[in-house]
Amino acid sequence: MDNMNLTLKIWRQKNAQDKGKMTDYNVTGISEHMSFLEMMDVLNEQLINSGDEPVAFDHDCREGICGSCSMFINGEAHGPVKGTTTCQLHMRSFSDGDTIYIEPFRAKAFPVIKDLIVDRSAFDRIQHAGGYISINTSGNTQDANATPIPKENADLAMDAAMCIGCGACVATCKNSSAMLFVGAKVSQYALLPQGQVESKMRAQNMVAQMDAEGFGNCTNTGACMVECPKGIDLSNIARLNRELLSGSLT
Amino acid sequence: MASKVQGLTSIGRKVIMALTGFFLMFFLLQHLSINMMSVVSAELFNEVSHFMGTNPIVQGLLQPILIFSVVFHFVWGMYLEYQNNQAREIKYAMYKGSANASWMSRNMIISGLAVLAFLALHFYDFWIPEMNVKYIQGDMSGMLSGTEEYRYYEELVHKFKGQPIRVVLYIISFVMLSLHLLHGFQSSFQSVGYNSTKYTPIIKIAGNIFAIAIPAGFVLVALVHFLSH
Repeated sequence: MDNMNLTLKIWRQKNAQDKGKMTDYNVTGISEHMSFLEMMDVLNEQLINSGDEPVAFDHDCREGICGSCSMFINGEAHGPVKGTTTCQLHMRSFSDGDTIYIEPFRAKAFPVIKDLIVDRSAFDRIQHAGGYISINTSGNTQDANATPIPKENADLAMDAAMCIGCGACVATCKNSSAMLFVGAKVSQYALLPQGQVESKMRAQNMVAQMDAEGFGNCTNTGACMVECPKGIDLSNIARLNRELLSGSLT
Repeated sequence: MASKVQGLTSIGRKVIMALTGFFLMFFLLQHLSINMMSVVSAELFNEVSHFMGTNPIVQGLLQPILIFSVVFHFVWGMYLEYQNNQAREIKYAMYKGSANASWMSRNMIISGLAVLAFLALHFYDFWIPEMNVKYIQGDMSGMLSGTEEYRYYEELVHKFKGQPIRVVLYIISFVMLSLHLLHGFQSSFQSVGYNSTKYTPIIKIAGNIFAIAIPAGFVLVALVHFLSH
């Protein structure tokens, strides 16, 4: 269909201090082949043409790999299609005449900057606390293939490294827990020999920072895994728990 | 890299919830085993109940651990729920929780509070009278007054005989316990860091069986004594 008419209920908030509220918009002439962000572009053109403030939202690559887009659409992070980011969601997932709720990712640790843009720098600070390897790379690093790594571990580490840090796990979790993100970041190093040297300290420091940022506690509902656009598995949270426990007890 | 951890982390808190949960699940199994004896033989139930009520290891070691586990699990569970609510100050206008998680996993606080309310009734029915007889009246004989018969079976029957409201309350409570265990059993393993492609599916099946069979057993005992006397 090339001429969908939609009612959008969008969170509008001028800045971090503003209280914000849901505002209704009608958008017309939407093609089912458009991505969700293109539909938002059409809305913004309509708003600009009528002299209104366009809706601010995060976006960058529009290819599902940068983790920038972050909308909570009709009650789900990145919308109703599993395994997709908002930029990869297409309007064919909706019908003419639909009402669509569009909200920012909500968590105390992700304060709203403007409209649908939230500050996800809490994730950066968690990464700074331990999401790295302290290796001297000044010219004498050995060939990576010289260190044998079991295929299964290499695959699991790669799966964990698929996390794009979009924050859908936090937005989806009823507790606003960041455990899937931290679990993935800890796992991608813990599974490889290069990362195992600092593994226990890494888990402790990243969890300490996660707690300091004000994320909630994980209650193992599994919602994060279902809504994660990259399919990060819940077993990464169990690995994080193991890493932290073994680090704390030894 | 130097450690920045101070005090108990959010994961540490969850591990303690899981460990107390494990102990409480073990306790449920043990409690049901003894209750089922009342269906098979009044004498057997009396003897085992008297043993449990007077054995120094059970009373001096296991009972304090049980009380600690119950209190800690409830108080800590409610505190974690409060913390989790604080982690999202502004709620969503539309939130489809059912699209990605089970009702049981999202509402542990509701099923947990229902079980807590049941415990109040259960303590009123059994534990407080037991403490009164043993430690206030000082009667450790376990006998019905003026007889040579143990009192435990009679007390159990008395609570359910001709008491349909109490039986219905027990059934509702054990349905809530079942809902709590349907998530709690397998969640406890995840919290202590156990998740394997080989055994986690088995743990989930075992958890579902445990979560249905144990509460069903308690309901069966209540129904048997309600219907057969």
